[in-house]
Amino acid sequence: MKVQIRVNGTDRPLDVEPWVSLLDALRDRLGLTGTKKGCDQGACGACTVIADGERINACLALAVQYDGREITTIEGVEHPLQRAFVEHDGFQCGYCTPGQICSAIAMLAEHRAGMPSAVTENGSAGLTAAEIKERMSGNLCRCGAYNGIVAAIEEVAG
Amino acid sequence: MTETLVPTTTAPHVGRPIDRVDGPAKTTGSATFAAEFPFPGLAHASLVHAEVGRARITAIDTAQAEAVTGVITVLTHLNAPTLRPAPKFSVLDLSTIVSGTAVNYLNTDQVHWNGQPVAVVVAETYESARHAARLVGLTYEELPATVDFAAAESSAKPQKSNPMMGGGGAKGDAEAALAQAPVTVDQRYTTPELSHNALEPHATIAAWDGDKLTVYESSQSLPFMRRHLAKRLDLPEDAIRLVAPFVGGGFGGKGNVWAGTILAVLAARAAGRPVRLSLTREAVYRTVGGRTRSTQRVALGAEPGGALAAIIHTSVTRTSAVGGFPEAVTNASGHLYAAPNILLKQHVVEMDLLPNAPMRAPGEAIGTFALESAVDELAAELGLDPIDVRLRNDTDRDPLSGTPFSHRRLREAFALGAERFGWSARTPQPGSMREGRWLVGYGVAAAYHPIMMLAANLTVRLAADGTVIVRCGFHEMGMGGATVQAQIAADALGVPFEAVRVDYGDTDLPTGPMAGGSMQTASVAASLLEACAKIKTSLLALARRSGSPLRGSRADAVEARDGGLYLVGHPDQGESYASILSRAGRSHVEVSIGSDGLGSKLKFMTRFIRDQRRWVRAASGAQFCEVRVDADTGEIRLARWLGAFDIGRVANLKTATSQMRGGIVMGMGMALSEETLVDPRHGRIVNPGLAEYHIPVHADVPPIDVHFLDDPDPTMPLGLLGAGEVSITGVAAAVANAVYHATGRRVRDLPITLDKLL
Repeated sequence: MKVQIRVNGTDRPLDVEPWVSLLDALRDRLGLTGTKKGCDQGACGACTVIADGERINACLALAVQYDGREITTIEGVEHPLQRAFVEHDGFQCGYCTPGQICSAIAMLAEHRAGMPSAVTENGSAGLTAAEIKERMSGNLCRCGAYNGIVAAIEEVAG
Repeated sequence: MTETLVPTTTAPHVGRPIDRVDGPAKTTGSATFAAEFPFPGLAHASLVHAEVGRARITAIDTAQAEAVTGVITVLTHLNAPTLRPAPKFSVLDLSTIVSGTAVNYLNTDQVHWNGQPVAVVVAETYESARHAARLVGLTYEELPATVDFAAAESSAKPQKSNPMMGGGGAKGDAEAALAQAPVTVDQRYTTPELSHNALEPHATIAAWDGDKLTVYESSQSLPFMRRHLAKRLDLPEDAIRLVAPFVGGGFGGKGNVWAGTILAVLAARAAGRPVRLSLTREAVYRTVGGRTRSTQRVALGAEPGGALAAIIHTSVTRTSAVGGFPEAVTNASGHLYAAPNILLKQHVVEMDLLPNAPMRAPGEAIGTFALESAVDELAAELGLDPIDVRLRNDTDRDPLSGTPFSHRRLREAFALGAERFGWSARTPQPGSMREGRWLVGYGVAAAYHPIMMLAANLTVRLAADGTVIVRCGFHEMGMGGATVQAQIAADALGVPFEAVRVDYGDTDLPTGPMAGGSMQTASVAASLLEACAKIKTSLLALARRSGSPLRGSRADAVEARDGGLYLVGHPDQGESYASILSRAGRSHVEVSIGSDGLGSKLKFMTRFIRDQRRWVRAASGAQFCEVRVDADTGEIRLARWLGAFDIGRVANLKTATSQMRGGIVMGMGMALSEETLVDPRHGRIVNPGLAEYHIPVHADVPPIDVHFLDDPDPTMPLGLLGAGEVSITGVAAAVANAVYHATGRRVRDLPITLDKLL
């Protein structure tokens, strides 16, 4: 099927079978390998990309669903979080990192828009470490860099 | 403390929390992992797994799979290229430790475990290969299989040890001393199978060019893998190149050659095209071995004052009928506490399952769970503080062998940790520290991991412009190796950190050590320091021949700093590298260290054995945690963690802290949630995915406070001990001990899930 996805600000025409995931389309068809495949089952968050401003697991999305939509991958990200991740050592091997960063960018927007999480108390508005951890729990890191990731997000969130 | 007025020669880069050199690549998506190298004409492979345990394949039907659009070939034992048998383990050739299994994939009709790959589909797209793999029809003659550990345990046999994997040993008569001891603990502890779950699933791209082979591989042991492949394919080693610039986590799971690597190579051979084989997460579980299950007995006998009279630690673990790695489970129990009577015995049972493999601190990770739980139980019996019991039995000589430790700071680690954690606020009675609905518990345990070194070959090149290139085929899985080695080279040659480039992750480079056993950093550093010393000698020789101000200076009177060589104590007398090299008419100097020749290997083995006789070397530490257990539901939350560690000198405070946190987080998973479940009827792993195997997530991990004693080991290069594994040891015991303190319930069976508290 012929589709056109706007990826990192550029329209990318694609001819893909309907069963090709957005993740495989990005990695194998468009050569954008910054988005990682950790489980291909929506369990690890390594494939997180930003679709029209919202974070999604690209492994659970079909490329053809995103015809005409706007996708941002790590290759299209320029954000203070990247520098903060390096400074706070919010990674070791680096495999979960693109997903963590994309997820965090969209998470900050969700929080700004007033979306609550499971740990949000009535009337509280700040982005506490507990809020960050709850909202980022879909992004696994086996190297255990969680403390650094939370510190990086806290710094950027201000 | 004496004050120094003169600036010391203390190195300016080593020890500092310098950002990782690969940070920008990893945060922008430009770091390229094994599966991500573009190749024209790349084909994609997918595995077909056996769905039964031990069996013989009687028929295999590939017609449906071959009919799928885009399928190039379906390889089975009937048509696959020939493969030579996997080498058996030999101490004379350490590369033999990477034979993950003895199975001659697709060269046999025998199935040895449920999940063994029995066919490979190669297709134009990943999706076609995966779809077609499901259509391969297999008929088996099923054979009896030993897949139930609980049933097989009683037939375990004594485990042989070797210089790389110790454990076992005896001193005095421990059983008699236990029988006479006034205070005793004698308990059984169990730990489940565990999976590494590196976030990057294993991936291989294999590309043949005639009889030359290039392999992009997620590997933590490039040189050993290359030698293994050379033997399997009957090729000279230099016909094979392995490349792994970035590896998405390993933890021991990417040290061996597993089916995916071999089968990608065979598939590329058969298809006549470069082939990529990216394992699915389920395929990782079914083809890459994990940590063995264990049953352990720890018995401790003590005097009322806490002095140990007897330590007994026995273990049963499993390997496989087709390979596996016998874990030295009782190892730490021979090194941590002085006791006149010690008995350590390890047993192993071979099963018809995927062979086990080393996983972060094999042996010590699970052994310290049992030992350090038992010490806590003993402290409760004695009515003493668990830290006091440990310090009462501390020693500066190895308890089992009597050999001195090269360096021992366990006492200091407990003292520092206790102070920073606020251990004195703990009231000893279990259940005595409640906050609302939460039962609060403090737990403590010792951490211990032995230190060894491997040979590392490398070259260092210093150019007239002051830039340095270090070339060594080591591995980067997140330890920060390239960053740390650049710090070391910068200090040794007196150049800025930014002037050093470190090349790694490629067998075209001089042969590096494998990344395992916490050995890589110190092993590379030893050769790097030697190379830098030789560079200085060569430069001084060049200077002597020309009209340099350094003419006539002895090597030990000269230091490398500020981009040149200068007389010690005379800041103005000396010369820049640019000047020395330009006067000598040279653009650079280069030296190489080590070789793969027999002489070099013998020299290394001799030193290895000599060092082992002379000292017991280890990294150690003290783990502290606070848990909160919901009084009604039994839900367990970790509230905070503190680790105080002796890893010798800390090369980079930032990356070393991350290493410690990483091991602690993996230990948290082991303590509270992780287990690979093997169906005891059919031997199939029933939770092969991250949705069913629960590694810690953000919300599970509290702030982890890491402290280092930062005291150089006098027998190691720069005083560095290894850092990768000590951090996971003692973690599960500290959690179990804290849960006991919170609730009065002692859980001896990992993981500590809430059902075990209700």
